[in-house]
Amino acid sequence: MSDLTDLTLAEARDALRSGETSATALTEAYLEAVEGADALNAVVHKTPEVARRQAEAADARIARGDAPELCGIPIGVKDLFCTEGVASQAGSRILQGFAPRYESTVTDKLFTAGAVMVGKLNMDEFAMGSSNETSTYGPVTNPWRAGNSDAALTPGGSSGGSAAAVAARLCVAALGTDTGGSIRQPAAFTGTVGVKPTYGRVSRWGIVAFASSLDQAGPMTRTVRDGAILLGAMAGHDPKDSTSADLPVPDFESALTGDVRGKVIGIPKEYRMEGMPSEIEQLWQDGVTMLRDAGAEIRDISLPHTKYALPAYYVVAPAEASSNLARYDGVRFGHRAALDQGDGIVDMYEKTRAEGFGDEVQRRVMIGTYVLSAGFYDAYYNRARKVRTLIKRDFEQVFDAGVDAILTPATPSAAFELGQAQDDPIQMYLNDVFTVTVNMAGLPGAAVPAGLDRRGLPLGLQIIGRPWDEAGMMNVAQAIEDRAGFVARPEKWW
Amino acid sequence: MSIDTETARRVAHLARIRVEEDRLPALAGEFNAILGFIEQLQEVDVDGVEPMTSVTPQRLKRREDVVTDGNQPEAVLANAPDAREGFFAVPKVVE
Repeated sequence: MSDLTDLTLAEARDALRSGETSATALTEAYLEAVEGADALNAVVHKTPEVARRQAEAADARIARGDAPELCGIPIGVKDLFCTEGVASQAGSRILQGFAPRYESTVTDKLFTAGAVMVGKLNMDEFAMGSSNETSTYGPVTNPWRAGNSDAALTPGGSSGGSAAAVAARLCVAALGTDTGGSIRQPAAFTGTVGVKPTYGRVSRWGIVAFASSLDQAGPMTRTVRDGAILLGAMAGHDPKDSTSADLPVPDFESALTGDVRGKVIGIPKEYRMEGMPSEIEQLWQDGVTMLRDAGAEIRDISLPHTKYALPAYYVVAPAEASSNLARYDGVRFGHRAALDQGDGIVDMYEKTRAEGFGDEVQRRVMIGTYVLSAGFYDAYYNRARKVRTLIKRDFEQVFDAGVDAILTPATPSAAFELGQAQDDPIQMYLNDVFTVTVNMAGLPGAAVPAGLDRRGLPLGLQIIGRPWDEAGMMNVAQAIEDRAGFVARPEKWW
Repeated sequence: MSIDTETARRVAHLARIRVEEDRLPALAGEFNAILGFIEQLQEVDVDGVEPMTSVTPQRLKRREDVVTDGNQPEAVLANAPDAREGFFAVPKVVE
C-alpha cells in the first residue's frame, strides 16, 4: 500500500475492515506526520499516548468484527472541544492549564465509535477570528503557498488548525466549529471540505461557548464522502444540550449519489458583491455550469437582507459572547492574575480578564457589553434580532418557492498573507460575508473546493441547504466535487 | 452616536476588563469603528417584526425535576486556581 496518510476516511475505513492495514499502523503514520509538521503550528497539544491506546483498542474491536465507521480513524480535535484529562484551552491564555474532567458529547461519541485522537488543534481565541492570528499559541501557517512565493499564508479561521491539519495530512479528518463561517472559510482557504450542520443537529455540550445561538460543530475532511461519514458520527440528540434536535439522523453517506437531476439550485443576486475578484466570479459561474451539466435547474433568486447579516452578526455574536465569557473570572478554572496587597475581588476579575483575554476577545466582549447595556439594548440588540428574523424569512421564502439548495462563493478571496488584515477588524470581518447569513438563519452550509486561482491557491464554493437537509446539500457538494476534479494538494515544504 | 473615553471606561468596567488609562482613547476609536459598521442596521424597516428568540422552531424538552448529577466536589474544584477545604478561595469580598 502507498502512503497511509493518502487514504481518505472512507478508504481508511475500508482498509481497516478488510485487514489491509491496522489502526496502529495508520496512527503511527499520522503521529509521524504530526511530529514533522511543527512549522505549521496546527497541532498545539499532541496526544500520542492517547492515540496509541485508542488505536490498540480499535484494532482489538476490528479483530472482533465490531468496527463502527470511525473505528481506528485518526482525527484531530479543535481546541474548543473539552477532552477529558487533555488540555482544552479554546486558544486562550485564560484557560491555560485547564484540563477538563469531562468529555464533550461529540468527542465522546467519536471515541465510543473507536476514533483515535492525534492531538488538539490550533484556533482563533474563543473562535473569534478569521485568520487564526488571535490564538494564544500564535498563528497557523497554511500548508498552501502561492506560486513560487514562500510568503506565509493564513489557513483562515477560526478552525484554522483543523483546516491546515487536514490539508497537510496530519489527520484523516478534523472537528471544527462554525459561528459565522469558522468551518467553511478555512476549508475554502485550504482546499478541504467543511460542513456546518443545521443549528441543533450536533450537540454543543462540552464545546466552549462563543455565541450559543449560532455555534455548531461540524466535520472538516478531504472529500464530501468523508464529511458525510464524520457528520453521521457526530450528529444526534443529546439531553445535555436543550437546543439539540430530537430528530433521526439520516445515513448521510448513502445519500451521496451525486445525482442532482431536477434539483432547483438558487443563485442569489445579492452575493454578487461590489469589487468581487473576477476569479471568484468565474469560480461561481463554473459551479453553475457544473450543476447545470449535472441536470439541475438553475434559478436566480433574491435574499434582500443579505447585506445586513454581517452587521447584525456583530451585534448578536458579541452580545452572546459577553455573557458566555463572563465565566472566566479567575475563580473556577484557568488563569488568575497575581494580585497586589489590598486588591479586592473586582480587581481580581479585571486583572485576570485583562491578562487572560487577547485584544480581539476583549474588543468583542466589550462591544457585547455595550450593546446589551441599559439604553442601547433596544437600539442595537433587539434591532439585530429583528433583522435576524428577516434574514431567516428571506431563506424561507426561496425554499417555499421550491429551491432545494443555494450556490454561492464560500469566501470573497483566496487565502491571504498572515499579518495582512490584522490591523483592521472590519476588514477581517468581511471574510465571513458569504457564510454568516447561514448561521443567522440556522441553516446547513458546506464549503467544497472547486478550483485554483492564478497563483495556484484553492478556492471554494458554498452550498446552503434547507433546514435539516444536510443530505441533499452534501449531495449537491458531491456533484460539484465529481465535476470540479479538484486533485491539487499543497506541496510539502514544512 | 459616538463613544468617548468616559464611555469606554464605563464599558470596560462593566465587562470587568482592566484597561489602562492611556489605552482608553484608542479603545473608544475601535468601538466607534465597529459601531459605525453596525449603524447600517438602522436603515432596515423592522416595524412589526418579532425579534428572533430561537432559530429553529422547537419546544424545549421537559424532564422530571430531580437531581441527576452531583457529589463530585473534587472534580469540580480540580481546575480552580485556588481551592481550599472544599471551597473556591477568592480575595476578600466584603469590607
